[in-house]
Amino acid sequence: MKAGPGPIFGLMAEFETPTELVHAAKGAYAAGYRKMDTYTPYPLEEAAEAIGAHHNRVSLIVLIGAMLGMVGGYSLEYWVSVIAYPINSGGKPFHSWPAFIPVTFECAILGASLAAVFGMLALNGLPQPYHPVFNAPNFVRASKDRFFLCIEAQDPRFSPSDTRKLLESFQPEEITEVPY
Amino acid sequence: MAAPDILPPKGVRPPIIGPGQTFGTITDRIAGIVLTKHTPVFWVLVVAFAAALFGMLQTAVAYLLFKGTGIWGITIPIGWGFAIVNFVWWIGIGHAGTLISAILLLFKQTWRTSINRFAEAMTIFAVMQAGLFPLIHTGRPWLAAYWLFPIPNTMGIWPQFRSPLIWDVFAVSTYFTVSFLFWGIGLIPDFATLRDSAKTLVVRRIYGMLAMGWRGSAKHWNRYETAYMLLAGLATPLVLSVHSVVSLDFAVSVVPGWHTTFFPPYFVAGAIYSGFAMVLMLAIPFRYLYGMQDFITLRHLQNSAKVMLATGMIVAYAYGLEMFMGWYSQDKYELAMVNNRLHGPYSFYYYMLILCNILIPQSLWLNSVRSTPWKLFLVAIVVNTGMWLERFVIVVMSLQRDFIPSSWGMYWFTKWDMMIFIGTMGFFTLLFFIFIRLMPAISIFEMRTLIPQAKVKE
Repeated sequence: MKAGPGPIFGLMAEFETPTELVHAAKGAYAAGYRKMDTYTPYPLEEAAEAIGAHHNRVSLIVLIGAMLGMVGGYSLEYWVSVIAYPINSGGKPFHSWPAFIPVTFECAILGASLAAVFGMLALNGLPQPYHPVFNAPNFVRASKDRFFLCIEAQDPRFSPSDTRKLLESFQPEEITEVPY
Repeated sequence: MAAPDILPPKGVRPPIIGPGQTFGTITDRIAGIVLTKHTPVFWVLVVAFAAALFGMLQTAVAYLLFKGTGIWGITIPIGWGFAIVNFVWWIGIGHAGTLISAILLLFKQTWRTSINRFAEAMTIFAVMQAGLFPLIHTGRPWLAAYWLFPIPNTMGIWPQFRSPLIWDVFAVSTYFTVSFLFWGIGLIPDFATLRDSAKTLVVRRIYGMLAMGWRGSAKHWNRYETAYMLLAGLATPLVLSVHSVVSLDFAVSVVPGWHTTFFPPYFVAGAIYSGFAMVLMLAIPFRYLYGMQDFITLRHLQNSAKVMLATGMIVAYAYGLEMFMGWYSQDKYELAMVNNRLHGPYSFYYYMLILCNILIPQSLWLNSVRSTPWKLFLVAIVVNTGMWLERFVIVVMSLQRDFIPSSWGMYWFTKWDMMIFIGTMGFFTLLFFIFIRLMPAISIFEMRTLIPQAKVKE
């Protein structure tokens, strides 16, 4: 197993309900912890807000993708119809822009959708074959019916004993050390 | 087998998820279909039958490539025939998937959750069947790449971007890609669930690779939700554009019966009509065979029936408008087209169309029909037959008699036409059943959000 920067990755607390998890995440954030994450079986907006992670740049990437698709689609049509292969079709001008709109629209949607999916994966750092949190016992239930909060050892405020004490005050089902 | 459907008292709507479910039971029930070693007998039988039809499709296509499109019934003046009828029919069926997953998501219709996954799969598989037809209709699909797409070639020729046919290529291929992305992104968290619930190492590794290391992190979910909502927002105008563009293949021409401005909304309504009929044709056997009555409840069937009723009324209005505009224009070719539909050699198909798409679906006004799965199933079959007839009427009856009587003709399909058409149904069924066996047919992570425990209490 690969050795990480510290002896452990962090401390993981396991909760049975989303309410307990959000309460704990808010408490840890209020105590000054920033390098932490929650792991839930379904998207939980309140958890992202509690750890201060409710802003992201996906929308910007999608906008850029849409623009690239739109400009690319229209430019392709213009180049093909006016420069590379001009054909007089029914007396229409070579640059007959109304007829170019449907393909421009489709290309914009295509660019935006590809940007949405691959931008989201890239920002999330996926695919990622290995991550330390999977070493936590019982973590398989993070994709089923349990809610986890992990405070990472890299946080400047992290100390094995104090952080554990803080987590214990939220009365989790279990607290475990996450090895690298 | 789960408990049979219980109809709640009058005035109360059935729930969107059965009572007593927890995160664990939802996960185990849906993942259990995939992770079990036991393959149901009906699954083997259906797949064997569908594979036989798929074999028939391959045979017919191989012979088509060997001999050419002359083995079909197409001829001048009817050069489109079955290939385009089937193309429009399949692509229309594909529309319900995106409607359910995107438009109903934006409208916060939570009942969509238990049917969106397999409706998306249905979309992808239906678009695959649709795409096959124009491709083989070119006769030489191996050359079609540069006929259809702007691919540099030694002859220096390029597609004609003023033609709706090339718009169609872009619309359908974009639709396929975006539907596939939407389906794929929805599957990632569920693959993680399958990875974590798998009992053997090989299965865990396979789903592990597909899940790409998904771990349910709040930061990931946050970006995921943004991407998912944006995809829904993008897919909404896309789904409306696709069948609009398909309808422009007809409407941009000057053929009587095709050259009308109301074709785009008429085609989109028809697409959703047939798509929901196909959703019911798949959902009703699926929930029965796998005992999923707690997840796909009567509420879902009733709501789908109501969507069918609404879109069916739009379609009925469009049929009326077609007739009215033919009369109102007082154009002799348009009048001849109306006359041909009512009294021409194919009028039987037209009256069957009215029966299947307008008259029989009126039974959906009755709550007893909307709440009885087998009756709904029969109506859905009738509607899909009717929608096929509609495309036959549009394609064949307009081409059959245009402006000059000397160029009139008749069209009859051959056994090869039929083999390919039936074959695509087999191919579709085969893909769908393989999907049910290997992937969660109901979105597990979205189902979890439906139960009361999922809410954060203040």
